[in-house]
Amino acid sequence: MSILDSKIPEGPLADKWTKHKNDINLVNPANKRLIDVIIVGTGLAGGSAAATLAELGYNVKAFCFQDSPRRAHSIAAQGGINAAKNYQGDGDSTYRLFYDTVKGGDYRSREANVYRLAEVSTNIIDQCVAQGVPFAREYGGLLDNRSFGGVLVSRTFYAKGQTGQQLLLGAYAAMNRQIGRGKIKMYTRHEMLDVVIVDGKARGIIARNLVTGEIERHSAHAVVLGTGGYGNAFYLSTYAMGSNVTAAWKAHKRGAFFANPCYTQIHPTCIPVSGDHQSKLTLMSESLRNDGRIWVPKHKKDVEAIRNGSLKPTDLAEEDRDYYLERRYPAFGNLVPRDVASRAAKERCDAGYGVNQTGEAVYLDFASAIERYGKEQAYVKGLDVDDKAVVTKLGKEVVENKYGNLFQMYEKIVDQNPYETPMMIYPAVHYTMGGLWVDYNLMTTVPGLYAIGEANFSDHGANRLGASALMQGLADGYFVLPYTIGDYLAHDIRTGPIPTDSKEFDEAENKVRADIDKLINNKGSKSVDHFHKRLGKIMWNKCGMARNEKELKEAISEIAALREEFYKDVFVPGDQNEYNEELAKAGRVADFLELGELFAKDALERNESAGGHFREEYQTEGGEALRVKEYQYVSAWEYKGQPSEAVHHKEPLTYENIEVKERSYK
Amino acid sequence: MMNLTLKIWRQKNANDKGKIVDYPVSGISPDMSFLEMLDVLNQELIDKGEEPVAFDHDCREGICGTCSLYINGRAHGPQTKITACQLHMRSFNDGDTIYIEPWRAKAFPVVKDLIVDRSSFDRIQQAGGFISVNTSGNTQDANAIPIEKENADKAFDAATCIGCGACVASCKNSSAMLFVSAKVSQFALLPQGQVEATDRVLNMVKQMDEEGFGNCTNTGACEVECPKGISLENIARMNREYLAASFKG
Repeated sequence: MSILDSKIPEGPLADKWTKHKNDINLVNPANKRLIDVIIVGTGLAGGSAAATLAELGYNVKAFCFQDSPRRAHSIAAQGGINAAKNYQGDGDSTYRLFYDTVKGGDYRSREANVYRLAEVSTNIIDQCVAQGVPFAREYGGLLDNRSFGGVLVSRTFYAKGQTGQQLLLGAYAAMNRQIGRGKIKMYTRHEMLDVVIVDGKARGIIARNLVTGEIERHSAHAVVLGTGGYGNAFYLSTYAMGSNVTAAWKAHKRGAFFANPCYTQIHPTCIPVSGDHQSKLTLMSESLRNDGRIWVPKHKKDVEAIRNGSLKPTDLAEEDRDYYLERRYPAFGNLVPRDVASRAAKERCDAGYGVNQTGEAVYLDFASAIERYGKEQAYVKGLDVDDKAVVTKLGKEVVENKYGNLFQMYEKIVDQNPYETPMMIYPAVHYTMGGLWVDYNLMTTVPGLYAIGEANFSDHGANRLGASALMQGLADGYFVLPYTIGDYLAHDIRTGPIPTDSKEFDEAENKVRADIDKLINNKGSKSVDHFHKRLGKIMWNKCGMARNEKELKEAISEIAALREEFYKDVFVPGDQNEYNEELAKAGRVADFLELGELFAKDALERNESAGGHFREEYQTEGGEALRVKEYQYVSAWEYKGQPSEAVHHKEPLTYENIEVKERSYK
Repeated sequence: MMNLTLKIWRQKNANDKGKIVDYPVSGISPDMSFLEMLDVLNQELIDKGEEPVAFDHDCREGICGTCSLYINGRAHGPQTKITACQLHMRSFNDGDTIYIEPWRAKAFPVVKDLIVDRSSFDRIQQAGGFISVNTSGNTQDANAIPIEKENADKAFDAATCIGCGACVASCKNSSAMLFVSAKVSQFALLPQGQVEATDRVLNMVKQMDEEGFGNCTNTGACEVECPKGISLENIARMNREYLAASFKG
């Protein structure tokens, strides 16, 4: 028996959540006023949780490192949000969304959690429309949908390529209403540097005011982390520059188990790296694969000609192009899930068919879509459907209406017009499915410490489907945590305010101060970025899209050595009592240097391929991921002083409502 | 590769007087973003044991609204409809001198170097930039009220404001009218926003005035410099909303 109790309610799958809500403890409105909750992170998960808990009557303290909660990186999510509304009447249902998500996650997620997610998905859309989120609509005034990878229905709601922005601003507005009423106390430009445990329960945090450098103590009856993922361990990613693992990692060091760290999503459609100066990578939404077709030349001579500029991609004949996703996966075509599409791009580029100077790019082409839409529009308008100029003009208008901001973004970065020539894209680190282990109530292994959104591990298994991150963040924050946290807080109605002058707060604050002093006083010779870039290279080369035993073992020792070097030789300018971005970065990179090693250790332990975790030793003859039955469990790691000493715990996964089979998109 | 002279505003903290300091940089690739060029400078400063230039940035893809550089006298630099993080060095020439300053406005006090405090924007939103509906999920079905596509699209356009403050920085009066009107318009165009329309516009405008932003004199610099192309029409719409609300209120 595992020591991990997932607390999944008894009963049939479809009734579990309703039954659980009926069975758990509630806190009466008068008592909620006596209870404080700390929420760290104000993205979709943290922001929606803060607003909802404050509405319910709890006293909320919310923290973000940005200068405003509106800037959390959920804002950058582009394509959309899934919900089983079945507005299109194309056969969608709660079960089908559940099924697609479990299959998409390569049968490595928890059935009950995923079903609940699918169940509450429809409430999210209702809620957001009521909040004034301007989703895309059809001419009849009803909501429009589009398709995302790994599914055969249209269930994705969107607001052009800025869905994350609109949803986050909805949650931000809901927060603002509560900030105005005094129910949320907002701490911007604050970074959580430790969680404080009193009598075995999470009772507060230590935070640093990033403007003044002041170290502050904040207490509460429960602490919620909505602090996102850890993809910046790779240095280059589509994450924001400030995205970090520090809050989750400090929680891990205080007893929260870290689950499946090796499950990382490498998104297939990002703008390729252009040089060593690169500080971040930019995503081109998966929604583009609704209309864009991915290809490379069939013949090496054409690859050469394109690379040396003697051949334009638009001049290459149709029969000389290899639409490799359509060729390999006829059923799903360009809309295969992200892990599959990324590996397929890597396979073609490794085989020498990459279309840019670095050999690491494939084409995403809109020419057929422009022609198809153009003909449709010409027909509707009674114009000549064979007039190429008219068709192209009308087609471009449709494409612009759908993806205008993405095309503009691409053009600004690459200096090429994607309406005229195909986009060049390559996979990049985008999301982490792993995270803090949580039970059905979203509580970590530390009582009173919760993790929501990307910060937890629970819903996406080994691979997340497109448009499901927004769904999960808002589901956790609006509709799950507000119920489940009450069950825990019901025991705290007589506790009274948590004092911050206890020895536990002293100890935590002293530790934070000592860590900061160590970094500031180190006076080494190399910058924080120097170490971050080197870590990123190890992660990308040895823990990236394809992994093997030998390289993972090398990664483990290289990261440990790099960490040692970091503490000997890092240089942090300035001092701690002022705005000091280098100091903030140094603390984050120090934590990535520990997480990175655990990441590689987890990938090494998992002797199978599943979703985003591809081990070269475990693949089918056709090069697809090969799952191994005995690894049908969640890996949860317990901190024991060093990543190398982390203790491995397993939560077995059982599938009673879905047949575990080969995950095929052919 | 380009060599440039940067003239950058350095200010230790809110109380410091601040001044322009010259920094030469070399080996700048035209493919670098403007912020990556500043990364190069900062790396050099750190290697020399000096303090890097503090500037605000986060997503580096033009959507979070954090970056806020006043480049050669223009918010987010010489190109239109982009943020500073989307500006690439190919917009400059070898040998150029580039002035880099923070947003200048009474309601945006400098925190350090190129970083300003824009919490006044948050307080305006807290005064009324929301629809008072609880997040219980027990609302009506999302398709219960059809919304004319044209209005939905216009509401979306207004809602794409990223709250960067370029409008204020570009305005000779440091007015926040474009920012405030974007939120007022988004809700004015949607049926869900009608219920609180009167209070919303009155409260948000009141807060805007209290924060010390200037008046609008219809110059239109804000619209030109807005990285998201928020239209002046929104200001006209807000003025209509405000007038109607004043009679009611």
